Amino acid sequence: MSATKIGRRTVLRGFLQGGTAVALGLPVLECFLNTNGTAYAATRTALPACFGSWFWGLGLTPNLWVPETAGAGYELPEHIKVLEPVKDKINLYSGVQVFLDGKVNQNHYSGAQGQMTGMVSRNGSDYSTSLDTVIGDHLGRGTRFRSLEVTCDGDGSNTWSARGSSGMNPSEVSPLALYKRIFGDGFRDPNSAEFEPDPAVMVRHSVLSAVSEQRKALMSSVSTTDRERLDEYFSSVRDLEQKLAFELERPPELPSCTVPGEQPEDIGTMVAQVEQTQKQFAQLLAHALSCGQTRIFNLTLGDAFSRLRNPGDVNVYHSLTHEERVDPELGYQVQCKWLAEKSMGFFKDFVQTLDAIKEGEGSLLDRTVVFAFTDHGEARMHSMKRYPVFTAGSGGGRMKTGLHVAAEGDAATRVGFTVQQALGVTNGSWGTESNRVTRPYSEVLV
Amino acid sequence: MQSRSRLALFLAGLVLGASLVPATATAEERTLVRLTQTQYQRAIHELFGASIEVGENVAGVGVRDRGLLAVGTRRQTLSAAELESYEALAQRIAAQVMDPSRRATLIPCSPQSDTAPDADCAGQFISRAGLFLFRRPLTEAETSLYVGVAEAATNTLDDFYSGLSAALAGMLVAPEFLFRVENSEPDPAEPETLRLDAWSRASRLSFFLWDSPPDGQLLAAAESGELLTPEGLNRQVERLLASPRLEDGLRAFFSDMLHFDAFRTLSIDTNIFPRFTKNVEDDAREQTLRTIADHLLNQNGDYRDLFVTRDTFLTPALAAIYGVPLARSQELGGAVPWMPYQFPEGDSRVGLLSHVSFLSLHSHPGRSSPTLRGAAVREIFLCQTVPPPPPDVDFSLVEDTENPNMRTVRERLTEHRTNPVCAGCHSLTDPIGLSLEVFDAASVYRTTENGAPIDTSGELGGSAYEGVVDMAAILRDEPQAASCVINRAFSYGTARGPTRAERTWLGDVQEELSTQGLKWRDLMRTIIQGPDFFTVIAG
Repeated sequence: MSATKIGRRTVLRGFLQGGTAVALGLPVLECFLNTNGTAYAATRTALPACFGSWFWGLGLTPNLWVPETAGAGYELPEHIKVLEPVKDKINLYSGVQVFLDGKVNQNHYSGAQGQMTGMVSRNGSDYSTSLDTVIGDHLGRGTRFRSLEVTCDGDGSNTWSARGSSGMNPSEVSPLALYKRIFGDGFRDPNSAEFEPDPAVMVRHSVLSAVSEQRKALMSSVSTTDRERLDEYFSSVRDLEQKLAFELERPPELPSCTVPGEQPEDIGTMVAQVEQTQKQFAQLLAHALSCGQTRIFNLTLGDAFSRLRNPGDVNVYHSLTHEERVDPELGYQVQCKWLAEKSMGFFKDFVQTLDAIKEGEGSLLDRTVVFAFTDHGEARMHSMKRYPVFTAGSGGGRMKTGLHVAAEGDAATRVGFTVQQALGVTNGSWGTESNRVTRPYSEVLV
Repeated sequence: MQSRSRLALFLAGLVLGASLVPATATAEERTLVRLTQTQYQRAIHELFGASIEVGENVAGVGVRDRGLLAVGTRRQTLSAAELESYEALAQRIAAQVMDPSRRATLIPCSPQSDTAPDADCAGQFISRAGLFLFRRPLTEAETSLYVGVAEAATNTLDDFYSGLSAALAGMLVAPEFLFRVENSEPDPAEPETLRLDAWSRASRLSFFLWDSPPDGQLLAAAESGELLTPEGLNRQVERLLASPRLEDGLRAFFSDMLHFDAFRTLSIDTNIFPRFTKNVEDDAREQTLRTIADHLLNQNGDYRDLFVTRDTFLTPALAAIYGVPLARSQELGGAVPWMPYQFPEGDSRVGLLSHVSFLSLHSHPGRSSPTLRGAAVREIFLCQTVPPPPPDVDFSLVEDTENPNMRTVRERLTEHRTNPVCAGCHSLTDPIGLSLEVFDAASVYRTTENGAPIDTSGELGGSAYEGVVDMAAILRDEPQAASCVINRAFSYGTARGPTRAERTWLGDVQEELSTQGLKWRDLMRTIIQGPDFFTVIAG
């Protein structure tokens, strides 16, 4: 016991000997961001790959979004024409499905679960480790946050991210709160000339180490399921220890890192509110990635039972998918189509925001892979077939972009598996039962 | 008064703590139940006083298992983001406790120097705070661990109180605080089975009845072994049942059972329903909890009568929704004036199903939904499961209000109930929900929809009825309504579903209580004194 005490105190003292100068936050040196980026061409290759998921509810309008040709140079159908400006930076996957293997279709849940975890559970409350965690564990930490989860409609329970089976990672609903979490106390500007470790943070770090020391005592005689949960708890403790350790070290210089401004927020389920919140979160996540604060993020536009609507509308988007009449002449649900197109517009905004952050000759998007997925192929029918799936970015040149992958009934998990392979996860397979896949889409891998 | 006596005990020194035996000495198996946000807040307020600001954090809403978030807490862990949030909260709380204005009352001693470690004084604070936070005495190793944390931090920060603050923050993020760690031991009467040890027994009782960690008296009863004897247990149970804090427990249970967490996403559109103001939303939840608490605790009423009671409490905002005149009480300092109100005989407002907290919570933002309401009655009040709709079903007809033959939702839903694919479930949900159609999405009473009169007749459990008042009466006498609340209460208290043997026993309980009256205190007492409330079920 006493050895522990001395050890910790020595460590703390050691931290403090870093210096006593007063830390001054210097303004970001804009000159680092030279326009042709050649100054960072060399370092850019060293910048790590990032991964994020982007979820939107209720799919797209059937028969209106699948391009006529596969491969490169395809034409975007009118329904998703809004993606034209980012077409060369994304891939579109069609013809994939999620298999239920005889289980009850938990509407607006099973499909997203299948794509994000590789498995479909018997009920709507079981969940397991998600794609972002698998990839994040492989990419390693090296950042302040293990991952950042956000949702744009105000309900923090909208999330598809989990580590283990004991609960999902809740989402941040407030851009302001996320701003403070990333750029408030504890943020160390990688481009600041001054650096001084904060003794209070050292103490917090050592407190968590002390808590971790209890692990063994607590783990003894705990039932198997509870051991798993405790493991997950202690893995959260380690994540937090790493966050604080990160704050205690001078971060490597990241010329493309700038701190965005704080913006007033207006959170709600109206289309305009979700649009603005999504843009704000996109900005914050992009800056968090470029400032080395995280490499993993998960954004959900909102509830899979989407509550999107315009002021005064009697129905929310989800109700509309089931109850709006299919226009006999047009052959589709007019309002649903409009809302699906809005969702695609939000995705375009997101991709462009990452792409707008220039890092040397490329952009933040170029070293990122965004996996965009939805809950149903045709929401009106709760269909588990013909899902629209997108990826954006090339993960640092590991994935080709600008392609339409026209599958014919493949498990949708093949897309997630392809992304894993691209980012270096070397598992031979991913998923369970019929959603288990062993082959990536090799045509998109470099 | 309760929290003051608890605080007094906390401040009274080591009298209690000194003779306590480490809880883990006899532990055979541990299980974990995650603390809810309310329970966390209560633990802090009772230990350090209500002036400590606890605030919100990002903790997820949880998972509902067997109809209850409480059962879900046995499956949950803490994600990285949640722990980050709890750690920041711990820092804020610890700083408030150490604030110079509070030190004199909350720290039982003064250090020899404000800038140097004082293991003695730190130890006094840590072992007493630890007793309440971990709901058992700290082991020696734990005490010295946190004293060590305080000492190291004091040295780093050159301040005794900052050092102690670090130790407190450590306890506040420790799994022993954030989870209810249930320790078990072999039952001497039946060495084959495990029972909760005395400390865990105290926690289970207290969280069940008060939604709160055990107070000083309960901890003392655990320490003395009193809680392990039938008489001692009785004494404590009666004390807890007689306390006004029983209402905290009752409110927590019904908030969970009635899915009041859904209020966070309630969004009745004020453009369409101008009377549905933010005040209505805030008051709706309180109206129901107040009605239940008054009926079950103050009136000692039968649970089943909550389906038919005409007694409730209203605010001006709610009175506007219900369309009743409310005598204006003096509004003092902006406090919401709650007034008791009785709906007259013949009025359609009877029981909990006619409350905003039920009608609007199970509506769409712009319109009512007989299906959502019907499913909610089945799932929440009768503990039945309504399966999700099958794939490949076209719902469009339900919404087609232009069709002159289908002006009311009843006419539109008939499509569902005549289509064999849909009928299985919609025949369960819709008849109940259709009777409630006399209340729109904002819960305002109406007699027509799109100009056509609303037909409120239906059939429930084989009995036909004419309208909501009759339906409520049938529901009141539906045996499943009684068995539902009994099963939920048991699951809530143990944070698990009943075993097969327990279900049989709960059936006997239902029979007995249905005859003598389903009173809240009797139900609590029966469950606690039942054979398995403190038994540890493997797996």
